[in-house]
Amino acid sequence: MDTTAEASHEPDARPVEVAVQDVVKRFGDTAAVDRVSLEVRRGEFFSFLGPSGCGKTTTLRMIAGFEEPDGGRILLGGTDIAGVPPYRRNVNTVFQSYALFPHLSVWDNVAFGLRRKRVPGAQVRERVGRYLELVELAGMERRRPGQLSGGQQQRVALARALVNEPAVLLLDEPLGALDLKLRKQMQLELMRIQREVGITFVYVTHDQEEALVMSDRLVVMNAGRVEQIGYPEDVYERPATRFVAGFIGTSNIFDARVRALDGDLLVLEAPPGDRVVVPAVDGTAPGARIAITVRPEKLRILGETDPVPGGLCSVGGTIAEVVYQGVSTQFVVRTDAGDTLVAFRQNSERVSDAGVPGSRTRLVWHPEHNVVLADPPAADPSPPADTDPHRQEELVP
Amino acid sequence: MAAPPTSEEVTNGAEPPSGDEGATGAAPVTPRPRHARSEGAKAHGLLGPTTIWLTLFLLAPLVIVIWYSVGTRGVINPVQHPGGKLNWSNFSRALDPSFLPIFIRTVAYAAATTVASLILGFPLAYVIARFGGTWKNVLLGLIILPFWTSYLVRMYAWRFILDENGLANTVLGSLGLGRNHQFTNTHWAVVLGLTYGFLPFMVLPLYASLERMDAGLIEAAYDLGSNRFSTFWRITFRTSLPGVVAGVLLTFIPALGDFVTPQLLGGTRTQTFGSTIQDQFGQGQNWPLGSAMAVLLMAFILVGVFVYTSRVGEDVL
Repeated sequence: MDTTAEASHEPDARPVEVAVQDVVKRFGDTAAVDRVSLEVRRGEFFSFLGPSGCGKTTTLRMIAGFEEPDGGRILLGGTDIAGVPPYRRNVNTVFQSYALFPHLSVWDNVAFGLRRKRVPGAQVRERVGRYLELVELAGMERRRPGQLSGGQQQRVALARALVNEPAVLLLDEPLGALDLKLRKQMQLELMRIQREVGITFVYVTHDQEEALVMSDRLVVMNAGRVEQIGYPEDVYERPATRFVAGFIGTSNIFDARVRALDGDLLVLEAPPGDRVVVPAVDGTAPGARIAITVRPEKLRILGETDPVPGGLCSVGGTIAEVVYQGVSTQFVVRTDAGDTLVAFRQNSERVSDAGVPGSRTRLVWHPEHNVVLADPPAADPSPPADTDPHRQEELVP
Repeated sequence: MAAPPTSEEVTNGAEPPSGDEGATGAAPVTPRPRHARSEGAKAHGLLGPTTIWLTLFLLAPLVIVIWYSVGTRGVINPVQHPGGKLNWSNFSRALDPSFLPIFIRTVAYAAATTVASLILGFPLAYVIARFGGTWKNVLLGLIILPFWTSYLVRMYAWRFILDENGLANTVLGSLGLGRNHQFTNTHWAVVLGLTYGFLPFMVLPLYASLERMDAGLIEAAYDLGSNRFSTFWRITFRTSLPGVVAGVLLTFIPALGDFVTPQLLGGTRTQTFGSTIQDQFGQGQNWPLGSAMAVLLMAFILVGVFVYTSRVGEDVL
């Protein structure tokens, strides 16, 4: 998985700041974190993305020192930090609930960490002032947290952690409590601040858009395991697993049998007149069943009689639904092969031949947009007993 | 509460009251004050029983005590006001220097009781609030359990334990540690009894404020480099200060006025201001002096509480 991620980028020469190696954390019988391994490089904005309960926050808390792993190691700047209490780790956390000290002023909240480390008074004043300015809270020093808005409290929490200039800043869904507009604004602000201070950010979120927008790299987690680690465009364009394809954005996922190998392309079985080819994958021979995903915005929707450009994948079907969404229109198409595919079309010009539900259509796309998923197809030849019947519906809206 | 009238004023002021617009603008406004008034009337109605109760059983006795404190001892009635004259000499007698040692002792007992309750009560409240889990309510119930028995009975029980031939001496004797210890009629016995009696008044408000505390604050303090001791002192204790203030008041004030404990566990050496007041109404048969002393004690507490809360309160409450 990592190899595909590195393909589009220069190899990263920066030293590893946080290394998580085979870490396991159990709560009772369930493994909240199940053999997770990853590396965060110095100065990187690295995100943990996944649904609630996927183990992302637990991993963060183990880096912070609030939980100890049941197995594996965590290295900070190359040193194993097992058994080191949180107050001796060179990391600081921005908590989801902010956890500002209600009895202290904004100034004293931000100065708290420096004072505990016995930083000289003049230096405390200089740094607290500088970081309050960085988060644009100058003038609020004397206020209590209770007298601030949610967004301001968020900034205090950020300044309070950053002022210690830790090796790593851990952020646990810091924007979760803000409304959409403020959240968008704070996303950009956090990116600016991270660039300015150059500290390694480890960011936990369940918001896929947030993770794509903000991160240098991200890990997608599910049920305590790593699904994929990579750059945002890799995770989006080349999802490694069915879960990643479904969790990030909208995806078309369908299963098919390989009919033949044509050069470096796999030709898949399809009804007459259709053609679906995917770039060859090592170890996949004719006769094998594979799972394919393709993003809805990659599909072009044509009228039945429109000429099909050569070399493209082409699938015939019937329009089941047309949903106007402002910027784009979503088409739900039932293909002749029996799959349901979603296609987006930008509303960049007035389209009269848009197609109506019930009319015939043809979807075409470039073969390189097809991604072969790592996990095997759900059903072959008849659904096994343990397959969740709702799974397919979840993945195809 | 203040918001609806303001918005009404704004609406009425901004819209010219002409034509249909003015009428529709005013229409939704009119029922609101009526609604608010009826809410207010309801609130007053709710206070009715309490007002009657407090007037009859708090205010009236208070006025009577104050009235007695400026009276004279009588032969037929315990208190007289001959010719409607007010007798202020009770206060000068109550302020007699001979009462000063008793008063100081009383304050010392109450202070010792408060400190002991705080030292014993804080860990107790902390453990229940932070680690009580599903047992929280059971544990709190156990703390309140002694209230199911009369305070007097419980103090008699303590006397049974601490007496010359009591349980404590018997146990110590059987352990070969001597059986002739003098426990009763000591300062220790009185403070022990008072602490035992008033500990729940300390624990309950402490628990309430510790339970409300966001556990995330402790993690945040650790995260910022604060060790366990510093975190406890700067975060846990500081954020629980409203509970500490309430607990101190709820323990100190009743301990200051108590007369049962010094009487049952103490003796002549442990006489307190409360038991002196009681004596004036009992053996002494000097109700006016007892009333004057009670009024002075009350004034002392009121001033004390006012100074205490205004100095501590700004920071904490």
